[in-house]
Amino acid sequence: MTLGFYPGCSLKGSSREYAESVLAVAKAFDIILEEIEDWNCCGATAAHNMNKELSLALPARILSLAERQGFKEIVVPCAACYSRLTVTKHELGKDPALKASVTDANGLGYSGSVSVLNIVQMLDKYVTPNLAGRVVNPFDHKVACYYGCLLVRPHEILKFDREEDPQSLDALMLKAGATPIDWAFKTECCGAGLSVSRTNSVGRLSGKIIGDAKDRGAEAVIVACPMCHSNLDMRRDAINSYLGEKIDIPVLYITQAIGLALGLDRKTLGLQRHFVKVSV
Amino acid sequence: MSKIGVFVCHCGENISATVDCAKVAETAGKYDGVAFSVDYKYMCSDPGQSLIKSAIKEKGLTGVVVASCSPRMHEPTFRKACAEAGLNPFMCEMANLREHCSWVHEKGEATTEKAIDLVRILVEKVKYNHSLNEIKVPVTKTALVIGGGIAGIQASLDIANTGHKVILIEKDPSIGGHMSQLSETFPTLDCSQCILTPRMVEVAQHPNITLYTYAELESLEGFIGNFKAKIRRKSKSIDEKLCTGCGQCTTKCPVKKIPSEFNEGLGKRTAIYVPFPQAVPNKPVIDRKNCTYYIKGKCKVCEIVCPTGAIRFDQEDQIMEVEIGAIVIATGFTIKQPDFFPEYGYGKYADVITGLQFERLASASGPTLGEIRRPSDGKVPEKIVFLACAGSRDPAKGIPYCSKICCMYIAKHAMLYQHKVHGGKSYVFYMDIRAGGKQYEEFVRRAIEDDGVNYIRGRVSRIYEKNGKLIVNGVDTLLNAMPVEIEADMVVLATAGVANEGAEELAQKLHISYDPYKFFAEAHPKLKPVETNTAGIFLAGACQAPRDIPESVAMASGAAVKVAGLFSQDELTREPIIAVVNRQAPPVYSSCVGCFLCVSACPYQAIEKEEIKNRNGEVIKSVAKVNPGLCQGCGTCVAFCRTKSIDIQGYTHEQMYTEVMALLNEY
Repeated sequence: MTLGFYPGCSLKGSSREYAESVLAVAKAFDIILEEIEDWNCCGATAAHNMNKELSLALPARILSLAERQGFKEIVVPCAACYSRLTVTKHELGKDPALKASVTDANGLGYSGSVSVLNIVQMLDKYVTPNLAGRVVNPFDHKVACYYGCLLVRPHEILKFDREEDPQSLDALMLKAGATPIDWAFKTECCGAGLSVSRTNSVGRLSGKIIGDAKDRGAEAVIVACPMCHSNLDMRRDAINSYLGEKIDIPVLYITQAIGLALGLDRKTLGLQRHFVKVSV
Repeated sequence: MSKIGVFVCHCGENISATVDCAKVAETAGKYDGVAFSVDYKYMCSDPGQSLIKSAIKEKGLTGVVVASCSPRMHEPTFRKACAEAGLNPFMCEMANLREHCSWVHEKGEATTEKAIDLVRILVEKVKYNHSLNEIKVPVTKTALVIGGGIAGIQASLDIANTGHKVILIEKDPSIGGHMSQLSETFPTLDCSQCILTPRMVEVAQHPNITLYTYAELESLEGFIGNFKAKIRRKSKSIDEKLCTGCGQCTTKCPVKKIPSEFNEGLGKRTAIYVPFPQAVPNKPVIDRKNCTYYIKGKCKVCEIVCPTGAIRFDQEDQIMEVEIGAIVIATGFTIKQPDFFPEYGYGKYADVITGLQFERLASASGPTLGEIRRPSDGKVPEKIVFLACAGSRDPAKGIPYCSKICCMYIAKHAMLYQHKVHGGKSYVFYMDIRAGGKQYEEFVRRAIEDDGVNYIRGRVSRIYEKNGKLIVNGVDTLLNAMPVEIEADMVVLATAGVANEGAEELAQKLHISYDPYKFFAEAHPKLKPVETNTAGIFLAGACQAPRDIPESVAMASGAAVKVAGLFSQDELTREPIIAVVNRQAPPVYSSCVGCFLCVSACPYQAIEKEEIKNRNGEVIKSVAKVNPGLCQGCGTCVAFCRTKSIDIQGYTHEQMYTEVMALLNEY
């Protein structure tokens, strides 16, 4: 089976290991993820603050390209990309005039026929039904599943999981043999918007997340978003200095954790690329 | 030959500004059968009415058309004037020149033409009007009050004190409602039970009130003045006549750990129980879901210890039928529980409680005897946070309305906490302080200024537990949206007041309407606040919208006056605008063929079968017959009737056809 694949910028750069693990898990289940040709920026960071039309035109072009390539479903692992693409689909779907002006701008047709799947939806639909028999090394650890902001909000548009107390990652990790813990910071802000401009704010915000995970005995934090990951992992020094202690709980992408449970090679899953050593 | 009078009103300038009233009157005067036509500035005024009356007498008018405002406004006025002049009031019709014409069109010939059309169709209609007489129905002078909270208690007492009988039913084992759970009441801080329990006793002892606790409405039929209600008296499993309320059974019952409803789960009760010491009646009931005997088939400790042999394990629910003339609904409200709020822990944290639970903690009769102690470990909280608008005014939670009572009771809670825990710190997160009411604002200022409660204007995004503390993350919008984090020992959520579970079914049983939030709908938001759209059924208290005690009481007294007004008459008169099935001379008897489609179509069960018999008592024909007491004149049966055998009096097929033809046939 072949699904469309929109990696976005993060998965080509700072979170290459997310892409590696997504592709590795997909391959283990004979799913071919075919990259959308000539894809462009989803406009996540700046565009939607600067220019509404541009912020819709960018993702609309990606959706149009996916349509042209004949994809019915595309997988979008980055939570920010997923949010932009889904919001765009929603906005264009409800406003024909907007749709006309946006498609005019990019010169491509747009029918809205492509379904956008985040990583949890992709795993739920194509991996978990066959997961039970494939788990060779149950991920037997206490895990804190961290959803961040963009995966579940705004609920009115995404209609995915519960926005205040989401459960989908927890359910997935349970199937991979882990023990998800009940904790308070599932959807609290990691500070991604300030990652470059005010790194010490990130230390404080992400510090609270890592601090609570540690207090409740988590052995790993599971994420499904490159920004969450880079803040909780790459900014660990800032976090540690905020907390005044050295915390070495690793942060894994959901696909890395599932890959380990499937018995995939650690290097294939890109585990060596993390700043906090993955000891689990 | 008809002699019709046409009276065109200017309504000051309301009509005459856009309609040429003189021309309307002049044109109408030329129609066949019109004996008199005139225009006048204010037809509803005394001289205007005199004009109509004298015309009727002098010209011997057989019909009247008043061309003025909406019949909703002045139909009763003009019909009364006609009656006073000796004309049957149903020979008077109104052409609505104001709402239907002058107010909605520009000045011009077309507008006047339309006014002329409106008058003409009614002139033609009135030629086919018949004299009709008002229908008299008897009144059963007993009221049913549903719900024994403060609103139901007040309504019952007020009706009973006018000398009429009241049947009060309450679903719980005791009357008292939410008010009996409260500690003190705002804005005077007088003890809730102290002012309520005398009223409860008065209800029980009043010779005109029959109280049924542990009872619910099963079904209702009938109409104003003549309702028939079925009441289910749930089995209490005791013989109330024998029980002395000595309390032996409740002391000895071995099942002691059932969360007490009265204490909002903060205290425990037994399986045979009296909800609280001041309960009325002060006699126990057995909670069959939790009683060992009903679960396992043995125990019967209560039966053994009962000195009067009052326990009845095999008692069954009783269905009782009562006849009543009016109903007051006072079923109250409920609140959202903390498990409605994922961001506040979905009810996971024992020390995140509701306002009602705080009332029980602060109450001298509560589980802590009035000491503020947190439920988890019994410690006195040093820091306490109150959250206003938990769910209320939050469209994302489906509750866009203001629950109204919370601002005041939070101020009261914080005040009580400061009075009881010296040195304690209390915080209130609020959106706006809504303290509209006599001495309400002063009360809130007292909490803030005299008792030092910290009011923070902002919302709370999350509550979580850390090292035994509840971390409350909020924002202070008066400090430039500065994040606020408070390590609290206890959090009180002022959760939204919502309609009772089952409010919808009750409304359907009673044939009354309700709003999107399942609160019962009043007939008019301003001018008919205690009436429902169903005649003879009234509302009191928080079943209509969130209400505080003074408002509930005022509403209850209002509803009681409406009931007393109804009961002051021996007979009710109703407009004769009802359906009739035609009757003809033998051998046809009626054009009705007896298909009885109308019987199933009638929403009021007002149509029955009638057998037409000959002198020997043999049935010749079965036809439909409308019960004039039940018919509401909706006309559904008319539309269903295949042989056009049913007519609404005053709106017959013939009259409707005439109106249409008058419009189509240009003069």
